[in-house]
Amino acid sequence: MAFLFFAYFAVVSIVAGILTVSLKNPVQCGLALLALLLHVSGLFVMLNAEFLWAVQVIVYAGAILVLYLFVLMLLNLKTDDRYFHAKTPYLLAPAAIGLAYLVFLLVRSPFSGSRGDASTAAVLLNGDAHAVGIKMFSDYLLQFEIIGVFLTGAIVGAIVLAKTPKSIETRRDA
Amino acid sequence: MSDSIDLIVKLIPLFPLMAVIVNGLFGHRYSHDLAHRFAWGSVLMSFLCVLAVFTETLRTGAAREVIAYKWIFGGDLTINLAYLIDPLTCIMLLVITGVGFLIHVYSVGYMHGEAGFTRFFVYMNLFMVSMLLLVMGNNYVVLFIGWEGVGLCSYLLIGYYYDKVSAAKAATKAFVVNRIGDAGFLLAIFLVFVNFRTLDYTQVMQNAAKLSPEMATAIALCLLVGAVGKSAQLPLYTWLPDAMEGPTPVSALIHAATMVTAGVYMIVRNHAIFDLAPIAMTTVAWIGGLTALFAATIGLVQTDIKRVLAYSTVSQLGYMFLGCGLGAYTAAVFHLMTHAFFKALLFLSAGSVIHALSGEQDIRKMGALKSKIPWTHTLFLIGTIAIAGIPPLAGFWSKDEIMGHAFVHHHYLLYGMAAVGAFLTSFYMFRLTYLTFYGTSRLDHHTAEHVHESPMVMIGPLIVLATLSVIGGFPGVPPENGWFHHFLHSVAGVTGEEHATPPSLMFGLMGTATIIALLGWGLAHYFYSGPTTAATALADRMPGAYTTLLNKYYVDELYDTLFVEPTKQLGKLCDWFDRTIIDGLVRGIDLGTDLSAAAITWTEKHVVYAGLNIIGYGNHILARSWRRLQTGMVHQYAAIIVAGLFILVHLILLIWTGGGSTGYSAR
Amino acid sequence: MIPLSAYVVVSAILFTTGLLGVLIRRNFIIVLMSVEIMLNAATINLVAFSHYLESMQGQIVALFIIAIAAGEAAIGLAIIIVVFRGKISTNVDEMNLLKW
Repeated sequence: MAFLFFAYFAVVSIVAGILTVSLKNPVQCGLALLALLLHVSGLFVMLNAEFLWAVQVIVYAGAILVLYLFVLMLLNLKTDDRYFHAKTPYLLAPAAIGLAYLVFLLVRSPFSGSRGDASTAAVLLNGDAHAVGIKMFSDYLLQFEIIGVFLTGAIVGAIVLAKTPKSIETRRDA
Repeated sequence: MSDSIDLIVKLIPLFPLMAVIVNGLFGHRYSHDLAHRFAWGSVLMSFLCVLAVFTETLRTGAAREVIAYKWIFGGDLTINLAYLIDPLTCIMLLVITGVGFLIHVYSVGYMHGEAGFTRFFVYMNLFMVSMLLLVMGNNYVVLFIGWEGVGLCSYLLIGYYYDKVSAAKAATKAFVVNRIGDAGFLLAIFLVFVNFRTLDYTQVMQNAAKLSPEMATAIALCLLVGAVGKSAQLPLYTWLPDAMEGPTPVSALIHAATMVTAGVYMIVRNHAIFDLAPIAMTTVAWIGGLTALFAATIGLVQTDIKRVLAYSTVSQLGYMFLGCGLGAYTAAVFHLMTHAFFKALLFLSAGSVIHALSGEQDIRKMGALKSKIPWTHTLFLIGTIAIAGIPPLAGFWSKDEIMGHAFVHHHYLLYGMAAVGAFLTSFYMFRLTYLTFYGTSRLDHHTAEHVHESPMVMIGPLIVLATLSVIGGFPGVPPENGWFHHFLHSVAGVTGEEHATPPSLMFGLMGTATIIALLGWGLAHYFYSGPTTAATALADRMPGAYTTLLNKYYVDELYDTLFVEPTKQLGKLCDWFDRTIIDGLVRGIDLGTDLSAAAITWTEKHVVYAGLNIIGYGNHILARSWRRLQTGMVHQYAAIIVAGLFILVHLILLIWTGGGSTGYSAR
Repeated sequence: MIPLSAYVVVSAILFTTGLLGVLIRRNFIIVLMSVEIMLNAATINLVAFSHYLESMQGQIVALFIIAIAAGEAAIGLAIIIVVFRGKISTNVDEMNLLKW
């Protein structure tokens, strides 16, 4: 049963991804991206990380993607005829071979690492949000704060970059 | 008291030295009048000092040594700049400073108007310094310093008219011939040092008896070589006649009164050594006698007034050497003194004649000057009578004493030679007088108009010298027993003077000498006082002899062939050697250096630069291809990043983790 | 149970897709979207390992990744706007002022 869900989510994610990179109209690409994001969040649910599912949908799909769509609309681009790179056909074969190679390598790898202390049972006990919260605000507090600072910087930077510059005459007087 | 005398002794050479420095360094800034005052003034001061020293020596009768400057001391060798004042030195000093002073005064008039006036007096004073050092020194080194100094000044003064080729050549000849003598002298000094380990006179003379006869002979003969060179005896006399190229005062001072007597002084000083070497003494005597005769014969036919006087100087020096060789040292010094008086007088009077005739020196172009320049004539005549040896003038006493000594000690052959020489001396000197002042005038028309007597500044010294020539013999009277002999007894009266001559023999010898002199005068009067036809006839009858005498026995030519030409050829050979071989070597090295430099340059250009160029060019090619990466196209950059990532991951997998995690390893 | 390697393979495929999108597409905004795809692929990987290694670390890092993706998207789009003001084109090929 779980395998079916996994298969659905995985296949649709992959197809959405392929659509994102190959569709002509940018808005259509954006929509394909939306599908991708939602199904990736589904994969998260399969992994018992429902908090991330929520965050992904709210932040990624709800804010970031919307931002993309805003900018797309704002720029009002004409659809370009030549929307693929000139040398695209040459890349597809190496990409396929590369992908096969990568998968081959990954499958053969023995996955191991240090085990943590959050077994599935423990996570399911209080929910994923609780588990993430406990861990975040004790061991990873510093990184949390840094991310906050980073986001502040990103906001300020975006505003500064996108400001309408003063005209040349007024700039000279200043 | 003795300290002040010591100071006076030290001052004697210092006065002329100061005049040399002042006139030499600053002479061009002030007038000639001031320059000559420095010159003769300094000599006058020296003369006064000498008088003081002389008086002191008369009073004490002892020798005095004064050290002026401690020069070299250490180990075996002590050489000081020190002076020895004994009776011999006093006599020499009196002659040098006295006659020197008179000649300096004369030169003021003679050299008047010359461009190199100051230079002349600088050289003359330098000569005085050297001569004073020569006679005052108490060791061989100071003597040698003075010896070389007078040689140098002789060169400088003979070549005074330096733009005359003949003068320059004569000066060089004088210096070179002197040098030959100096080589012998140096050898003697070395021998003295080897034998005595000291060069002081007093110590050498005290220990002289320790010498073996062979060593004494060797030293004496070496000293003789030096004396022969300096005093122009056979065979090194050829420079003296040519030295007449210098101005007349130079001839008077250097080549008559003082420098040429240095050889005699040196022999007398070393008489202790000579006394031990009878062979050397005989050599000295025979050289003296032969020179006296030889030079007199040449003087018979010479036509230049100064050359006649030069040969007579050589001849009279021969008499002095004869006296030394016979052991009559006092007599030799006596003759030295009187010769200084009358030879200086003769030379300066000749200078007066030349001055009167505006430079004419050939006696064939003179004549009948007696009335035109009466003072000069009288003074020249006095000089001639003195040199001829006619009593009671000075020359008679001294020359007769030497001849008498020879006869009394049974050296009859030498006596004969001396007597013939005296006859010839008298003859040619009166010939000179008659041809210059008497007879018919053979003057050039232009010269005849300008004949004038010399100024008082020139006549004055001549009068003094003439007086000395008249009375200068009386210190040596009676012969072998006069004041002079007693004065010099401590220094020079060792050999052969104790032998008292019986008075009859003495008067006989004196009479003979007088007759010889008068005979010479008479013959000269016969030949030359009137028209000279008889003389020319005699010359024509013996053409060979006449020409030989006129050409001075061709000695100069002989020396030329024997010595001068081979030396020149040797010089040319050395020059060829230097030019071809040594310079060839140098040029070879030069060529080698050039070649190696060219090779290095070529290597640098073609090999090194090529290498560098390859690096540069290769860099250029590489850069050109790498530059294409910078397309500015973001896609391309992204592709490259991916490729790099691919490689990086593989590297990490393979190297870092050893491929273990994937099972993908280097196996 | 779904094996870990399945998730890893899915992640790999998505990652390659995103990479290909970055290289192929000429519209800059689509390129940014492809970058988002890559980020998501990495997130899947992380969360899968977090689950299978029983550690919270992966999920926390996934949160951070989402935050960073947000910031990056904002800045990137701001840059696009600035460039768009300069030249009326978002064609990547024409942004080649960095060329030699």
